[in-house]
Amino acid sequence: MEEKIKFELNGKPVEVQLEKTEKLLWVLRTHFNLTGTKYGCGEGYCGSCTVLLNDEPVRSCGTTMEEVAGKKVVTIEGLADGDKLHPVQQAFVENDALQCGYCTPGMIMNAVGLLKRNPSPTRQEIIDGMNDNLCRCGAHTRIFKAIEMAAATMKGGK
Amino acid sequence: MKPDKINEYYFHDFDTPPSGMDRRDFLRNLGGGVIIVFSLSQLSFISGMKSRNEDEFPKFNAFLRVKEDGRVDCYSGKIEMGQGINTSLAQTLAEELEIGLDKVDMIMGETDLVPHDDGTWGSMTTRFHDPLIRAAAAEARIVLIELASEALKIPVAELVAENGVVYAKADKNKKITYAELTKGQKIVRSLSEKPPLKKAAQHKIIGKSFLRTDAVKKVTGKALYSADIRLPGLLYAKIVRPPAHGAKLTSVDTSAAEAKPGVKVFKDGDFVVVLHANPEKAEEARNLVKTNWELQPSKADNETIFAHILKTATQSNTRHKGGNLETGKKESEILFSNEYLDGYKAHASIETHAATALYEKGELTIWASSQTPFGTRQELADLLKLPKEKIHVKQIFLGGGFGGKIYNRQATEAARIAKMVEGTPVQISWTRQEEFMYDMFRSAAVVKINSGITKDGIIKYWDFNTYCAGDRGTDPFYGFPNHQTVTWNGKDIHPFGTGAWRAPGNPTNTFARESHMDIMAHKIGMDPLEFRLKNLKDPRAINSLKLAAEKFGWTKAKPPKGTGRGIALGIDAGTFATIIVEVTVNEKTGEVKVNRAVVGQDMGQVINPEGAAIQAEGCVNMGLGYSLYEDIEFNWGKVISSNFNNYSLPLFSNIPPVIESYTVAAQDEPPQGGGEPAIICMGGAVANAVFEACGARVFRLPITPERILEALKKA
Ligand code: FES
Ligand code: FES
Repeated sequence: MEEKIKFELNGKPVEVQLEKTEKLLWVLRTHFNLTGTKYGCGEGYCGSCTVLLNDEPVRSCGTTMEEVAGKKVVTIEGLADGDKLHPVQQAFVENDALQCGYCTPGMIMNAVGLLKRNPSPTRQEIIDGMNDNLCRCGAHTRIFKAIEMAAATMKGGK
Repeated sequence: MKPDKINEYYFHDFDTPPSGMDRRDFLRNLGGGVIIVFSLSQLSFISGMKSRNEDEFPKFNAFLRVKEDGRVDCYSGKIEMGQGINTSLAQTLAEELEIGLDKVDMIMGETDLVPHDDGTWGSMTTRFHDPLIRAAAAEARIVLIELASEALKIPVAELVAENGVVYAKADKNKKITYAELTKGQKIVRSLSEKPPLKKAAQHKIIGKSFLRTDAVKKVTGKALYSADIRLPGLLYAKIVRPPAHGAKLTSVDTSAAEAKPGVKVFKDGDFVVVLHANPEKAEEARNLVKTNWELQPSKADNETIFAHILKTATQSNTRHKGGNLETGKKESEILFSNEYLDGYKAHASIETHAATALYEKGELTIWASSQTPFGTRQELADLLKLPKEKIHVKQIFLGGGFGGKIYNRQATEAARIAKMVEGTPVQISWTRQEEFMYDMFRSAAVVKINSGITKDGIIKYWDFNTYCAGDRGTDPFYGFPNHQTVTWNGKDIHPFGTGAWRAPGNPTNTFARESHMDIMAHKIGMDPLEFRLKNLKDPRAINSLKLAAEKFGWTKAKPPKGTGRGIALGIDAGTFATIIVEVTVNEKTGEVKVNRAVVGQDMGQVINPEGAAIQAEGCVNMGLGYSLYEDIEFNWGKVISSNFNNYSLPLFSNIPPVIESYTVAAQDEPPQGGGEPAIICMGGAVANAVFEACGARVFRLPITPERILEALKKA
């Protein structure tokens, strides 16, 4: 049965009419045309669908709209401030921390969540925080560097 | 080129590009400016290219247009899937044309706009496509200087182009921009001889590192992949799939699905499709379709497949031969005979195969994740019985390919469905499970090596038999005096599709050869580096090996027990690659941790050093997967591996904390491949390092903890 669900999406209040068992991933991609959030496995194993739900990284492929109701969702499209990239996005660009770019939105959203919880992670804490996000191109080496750079920039008060 | 044609080629490494077959008029829809086209029948003037069959060549190939606003469009049939060619190709263009890198727009893989191309595979872009773009850019610069000479009334010899402006050498105030020169012009120049190109010493852009030009799009979610296309009225399609390859549909009941609101169901024989405007609803309805299938009896599974391969791969082909095997055997003092095994591997791009298509008024427009846009167009033209010109394949980013997106099954599915619902756009995006079912896997393979050496470590005899891995990487660059290489294959060996996987066949062949090298060295107590150098003849192979060994700090002293170092080297796509790794093995659990990987490559001229390093790191990280973790589990047509919980990719916690990438200085040599070569070395390097660490010789990839523990018992 369809019902009205309200939540905040990238800083704006939104309302949708749908079944509360529908998954956030598909609502973002089809209802809102926010296609930056990617499907990679649909079962919680790859992390390419990661978004922030009340500042916590979650896998949108397994998140129902019922869980989203009344909360704040931030997707890759909502991270930059106009043309000014978020420090994590900027660090991914400057470190070439991507190849095909398909895992990138999920990597970035997960890293943003990680840095919110822990602004100065050690290498081991980055590994633990990122370990369930998969990258087939093997960009891992540069993703480490990008997260470390972003942590340093963000500590500088940005 | 059709996929079956590609399959003929893909286990073979090219020293010339395969030829195209297409003739088109590219100029029809283009605007003004300066346009450079190639007549490919004259292509032999481009260095490194030999014409295979002139009639088969397309009329035009690479070309570019300096537009009236001074920007440049570079038209290329290649696609960007993470290898960074939209940056490196733009670099070479900017270099020869004398224009800023930020002024170059890459138009890639869009069949209505770009010249024919056989596809992005085989590490051929930099080797064979880049020279065309350089020549076109150099020619365009000559044309622009000629135009400037007329406009400024200054002889050509007294002019120079720099950063999009032509200046008088004597007086830099006398100048005119490319935009001013091209305004109102339409000049088409066909290139028939090679224009003078810059020498490496003159390069300002080539050989320098640039950040990827597509990075901002990719970090903001704006880069579009084929499932990101949104068209009004788009329907999401889900196909009813068999439980196993080879299963026959005996009955189907779609009534429950059809009863759902908004659902459309189409049947065409075995092809049953459910459509809905909401992808989740489409999937739910598809799951309501009741089916019965007749399954094929099993002939093999992931354990018995090797015996099955040896029994069925009965067609042999001698690829290399030299000296006399009998003589070699006689001259040998120690003989060796081993068998090396490798299971099926998935491409496992994080983007699954997807396509968005619209069929309208007898024309099909399609966005497909494909490494072969022109192959897709031909396949769809054949399928829909339409002329090629009625099929429009659009430019799109690919979320990884690695050879798996050479084959376009999802595009043909989307086209069939689009025709069923004429006028309505449709999208098909495979689930991960569908991806594991219909991937064209890297083939399982067996390599049998018989060899012989003298007691002081000279290889006298080399008999290399490779079953289902092709001949790529088997060039006898060690300089064996008496040798033969035979590839074995056959029909209907595999229960499912197999195909090209990053450096096709070569990771298997290199794993076998390099493991065998170490086995021979250890037998006579010789250092594996010394043993290789003693036998190697090819100077580029020696350079690559010495570079890696020096940077790694290789010594004859053995590390403490539990730690091991391993070397592997090989050739792929014109590049010699060596990897040396250091690993730690936990002898109780069999767990392996790679601590460090050093890559040394001779790849000729390096265009974007940072890009080359990224590809090398990617090869190490991805290569770790086939070396240690990845193996398709199956029982004949039933693919049991279905998602990343039962097919493990390398994780952040697995990848080596230190990866170093070095290249042999060769800026005056032609550029060679960079996307594939290094990956071939990972299996052999890890296997050899595991042996040094704990004495376990594992003859089968992946080198799992169980196999290490098993081998330790025998050690
Ligand atoms: S798509 Fe959600 S975790 Fe893979
Ligand atoms: S950049 Fe391609 S999957 Fe990570």
